[in-house]
This record gives sequence, structure tokens and C-alpha cells, in this order.
Amino acid sequence: MGVFSGFRESLGAWIGRIFKKKRAKIGLYGPPNSGKTTLANRIIKDWSGGVMGTVSPIPHETRRAVRKEGVQINANGSSIQLDIVDTPGMATKIDFKDFMAFGLDEVEAKRRAKEATEGVIEAIKWLDDLDGVLLIMDATEDPYTQVNVTVIGNMEARKLPLVIVANKMDRPDAFPARIKAAFPQHSMVPVSALEGTNIEELYQAIANHFG
Amino acid sequence: MMREVQMDLISGEKLANMTSMEKIRLILDKVKTGKIVVLESGLTPDEEVRLIEMTMTEIRVDEFSGIEIESYPSRKELSFLDRIFGRSLKGRMTVIGPANQLRTIEKDQYQISTKVSVGE
Repeated sequence: MGVFSGFRESLGAWIGRIFKKKRAKIGLYGPPNSGKTTLANRIIKDWSGGVMGTVSPIPHETRRAVRKEGVQINANGSSIQLDIVDTPGMATKIDFKDFMAFGLDEVEAKRRAKEATEGVIEAIKWLDDLDGVLLIMDATEDPYTQVNVTVIGNMEARKLPLVIVANKMDRPDAFPARIKAAFPQHSMVPVSALEGTNIEELYQAIANHFG
Repeated sequence: MMREVQMDLISGEKLANMTSMEKIRLILDKVKTGKIVVLESGLTPDEEVRLIEMTMTEIRVDEFSGIEIESYPSRKELSFLDRIFGRSLKGRMTVIGPANQLRTIEKDQYQISTKVSVGE
């Protein structure tokens, strides 16, 4: 069994080299409610079927990193296999009272807050184990959040590829030029993960940067 | 009676002689007692995530809900000469305070505007 699986892995690597099929583990990062899981679901739906996780207007819906392996994306005439890690929203503060404003009772709000703190820690741990990052920003919001600055700083320090996704382009107040002006040294793709707008351009950017 | 907020401005020289954990502990100890901390030379990107990580482990209901931290985006990518001489991206001036007291009003590449609330 071990010999067979070893042979299969070697064969896979050999075929991959011959046909230049590449593999990369990428993390979806961003502040809470920027649309990380909506984008992850869009990518999974387009290329392998199924869903990555549930989405909600309440912040910190994703409180554990969710991983989907072997998602094959074809773009620009090449193919890339992605291991996608949808991480919990990064934050520097978590107050259970913020969840009560969304109608959660105190017990549930405190539980969600506790899990959210653990989720942030897990998202940080994943930074050590990735080949690149899709940083999802809400194009209707100010891009100069500390989460964005910190994730970008870490990718630059680690010399790992980064693509900024300006999400929520379906909203009338989306303003991706503000994101481009804030972080001009990085590629940015404006999309609506919800409606799938401009998603092909994102796949091309993924192939270019992570392939 | 007028309430006061203590603001500690920590020099780059002092920070240069501290380890990452010493910096993080210093910041959190000050912020958890309601102080605003301004770091002249900021933190490295790795120190910033370690600070966020440590903050998450210390959040307590009704005691400490986290930090507000604001630093500037890095100036640019490293130049060819920077790489030759092994220079790394340096942190920039950073302000950190308790999340329930420090609020960012506006931020861009050149200016950070914050408001400090002193409570009841």
C-alpha cells in the first residue's frame, strides 16, 4: 500500500513536471465580512462543485479555517492545482456586544466571540504554511485597515505572491481605485464574488501569480 | 472631574534594543491599563501579527476587548540595492490603544487621525 501510494505520488509529480501543471496552497485573507467565503464558494462552484462554507451578514461566520484540496483552475492556457484555505476574518478586537447588535443573545454572542478569537489565531498560524495569498477587501470600505496593512506587510516580508481582490463590485458605492491607490505595488482585480462579475480576470491573475 | 489619558511615546532606540516578545509584552501591559502607546519605529510585519495573536489570547469579557492599532503601509518594495545590502522593510510609526478608547477617524499613506475617548 505504502509502495503503491509512493509510486502514485512520484508518477503524479512526474506528470506534473512534464505538463507544467503546478500546485500551490493559497490562503483567502481579509477583514470579517469582506466576502472571503463567498469568493471561496464561487471558486469551488466554478471548478470542482460544492461549497466551501456558509455565509452570513454577522461578522466572524467562519471561525475555523476550511481547506479544499486539489482545485484545478485553467486559465491563460495553463493549469494550476490549488489547495485553498478559507481563513477566519482577521481582527484586532472582538467584543461580544457587537454580535448582540445582530440579534444574538448574550450566551451565543460570548460563544461566538470566544470562537472568533481562536479563529484569528488560526488564520495567523496559516500564514506560515502558504505559497500565496488572495487578500479580499470590501471595495466599498476604506482600504487602510490595519488587517490589510499587516497581511500585505507579511507577504512582502516573506516574499510570497499576493493578489488583492476588490470585492463587492455589485455595490453602487464600490470604489476599487481607492484600493489601487493605497497599495499600488500589488496586482488588484475588481470582482463581485456574489454575482461572478469579472471572475475570469481573477482566475487569470491566479494562474499568473501562483502558477 | 476631568479624566486624563496617559500617552507613552517609545523611541526607536529603545525598541531597537528589545526582543519581539519584550515589545509585545510592553505594549499589551500598557494598553490593558488604558494607556495609548506610540512607537517611533513601529513593529516589523511579523511582530504585528504576533501582537494580534497575543491580543486574541488575552481578550476577556468586560475587561479587555482588544486593541486598536494603526501603522502606515510600507513605503515601497525593497530596491535592488536594499536587497544587495540585506536591508529589510522597516516598520513605521505606529499608534496602539485599547479598542474601547482609541478610534481611527481617517488614515492614508501620510497621516493617521485618531480620537481617544476618556469615558465617564
